[in-house]
Amino acid sequence: MTATDLSMPPPAVAAPGDPGKPTRRGGFRGWRLLGYAALVLAAVGLLLPFYWMVVASLKTNNDVFTIPITWLPDPVVWRNYLDIWQRSDMTTWLRNTLLLSVVVTFLQVLTGSFAAYGFARVRFPGRNMLFLAYVGTIAVPWQSYMIPQFILMSKLQLSNTLWSIVALQAFGAFGVFLMKQFYETVPEELSESARVDGLSEFGIYRRIMLPLSRPALASLALLTFVTTWNDYLGPLIYLRSPELRTVQLGLNTFISQYNAEYALIMTGSVLSVLPVAVIFLLGQRHFIEGIATTGLKG
Amino acid sequence: MATLPRTRPRNRRLVWRNTVAGWSFILPNFIGFAVLTLLPVAVLFYVAFTSWNVFGVAEWTGTANFQRMWGDASFWTALRNTVYYTAFHIPLTLAAALGLALLLNRKLRGVRFFRTVAFFPYVTSIVAIAIVWNQLFSPEYGPINALLRAVGVDDPPGWTTSSTWSMPAVIIVGTWRYMGYYMLLFLAGLQTIPAQLYEAAQTDGASAWQRFVHVTIPGLRHTTFFVTVLLTIESFKVFDLILLMTGGGPGQSTLVLSQYIYQKGFEENQFGYASAVSIVLFAICFGITVIQFMVNKRGNS
Repeated sequence: MTATDLSMPPPAVAAPGDPGKPTRRGGFRGWRLLGYAALVLAAVGLLLPFYWMVVASLKTNNDVFTIPITWLPDPVVWRNYLDIWQRSDMTTWLRNTLLLSVVVTFLQVLTGSFAAYGFARVRFPGRNMLFLAYVGTIAVPWQSYMIPQFILMSKLQLSNTLWSIVALQAFGAFGVFLMKQFYETVPEELSESARVDGLSEFGIYRRIMLPLSRPALASLALLTFVTTWNDYLGPLIYLRSPELRTVQLGLNTFISQYNAEYALIMTGSVLSVLPVAVIFLLGQRHFIEGIATTGLKG
Repeated sequence: MATLPRTRPRNRRLVWRNTVAGWSFILPNFIGFAVLTLLPVAVLFYVAFTSWNVFGVAEWTGTANFQRMWGDASFWTALRNTVYYTAFHIPLTLAAALGLALLLNRKLRGVRFFRTVAFFPYVTSIVAIAIVWNQLFSPEYGPINALLRAVGVDDPPGWTTSSTWSMPAVIIVGTWRYMGYYMLLFLAGLQTIPAQLYEAAQTDGASAWQRFVHVTIPGLRHTTFFVTVLLTIESFKVFDLILLMTGGGPGQSTLVLSQYIYQKGFEENQFGYASAVSIVLFAICFGITVIQFMVNKRGNS
């Protein structure tokens, strides 16, 4: 797993000098050193579960829990990574999850950015009321309307199909917020001059806004992809047939089936986390910007 | 608007054109949003007053569901546990996130790396997280209790196998998972505080603590408000983490409202009663958010 490759603490030599010196400068260095100590400690605490996950997946089952604890797999067992494909439907799960994540991401980016343009740049009566309905849903947890939503989905014949998850995730308000925040930072003059040149609203969206908003679109796409990939509750409620299982759902059934196969369970976990880890590490700038943008306004 | 209309008919035409344009942009998303979010919320308030079951036969029963809830000990346990989780999760996550953000806002090396690390639990699936932590919390052989024994705790807690310690275990994992996310929000907030304010405070001879209290805290007012709103809702709706880590147990020691809704609705097919419990969850989240907005508004003026 990629995250643990980075688990080396930040260079401890960064703050040399004597922290105990009672001078002003020495005191400052002491604080710096304390800062580093806190950073390293927090990093260890944050990464330890991931380290355990990877190490346990490389052990034989009997070696996972030992006294004293072995922090390095000895010998390194790669077998688990071969066995898991035979002993579970991992291939089906990954395929379903990938399919869902791609379709949902595509729809969310498309409809979200489209609607956001309407909210950010077109003035028409009732717009603010409409947006308030979107904002209001922040305060309404999904858990509180999952029952009527399930009834509706069943009436629409969508439950126990992959479409239910698409419907569930693709029209979220989050994409609208994120893109609206971004569009509002684009100077109005740009679209003004385009309007003078005779471009329609759709033309402005297509030719000016979309190319400009590439970083925001990337943020939205990555966050949506990861959310859909990781979703557990939606598939739990809607996907009953084994062949429809996503990786999260499959992993959990696998655990209840082989609850004493600690090493193999960890192998499955690593495989379920790996794609997200890679995507996150490659696009972390976009993740962080996306989160910061939606958080800034409040 | 580009072409400022002078005559009324042209104005009306512009408004009409904008309305059509605006709606056509919003519609693709709005149809999905209306059918899958707004409509269910509206339907919720109908179903809760019926005895809707799996066959879809709804019979209006008035407030019967709510009367039943009043005498339902499991409901009160779920509510109490949810409040328990919230009461610890909010302050712990808030403090950890702010602490990390302040740390990262300093010019230290490795800060970028650490930001990645802190955010990582948030993008990891809850299933994997629950499995790993359950192994870490394993009472006899798990590393957490091994560490506790090493520092001299002779009788370390049973964590998820003990009805006293299961909730603290869940709270620890919840805080661990979400602090990186809120840290990012705080970091974004910290960067909006002008550096001149700190410089001015420093020339006035303010200590680090005084700068924190008089510059940082007021500067973060909006961020703190937003974070608190999000954290409150997130805590009250806690579900998947608990379902996967403890299943609500041992006994009912970690049963929370969302899980109770799930049990009544999807396991026992009592959609009517489950909807009544849902309304309580809805009312708590919505009510607290509205109160928070009102308090924030008063603070602003």
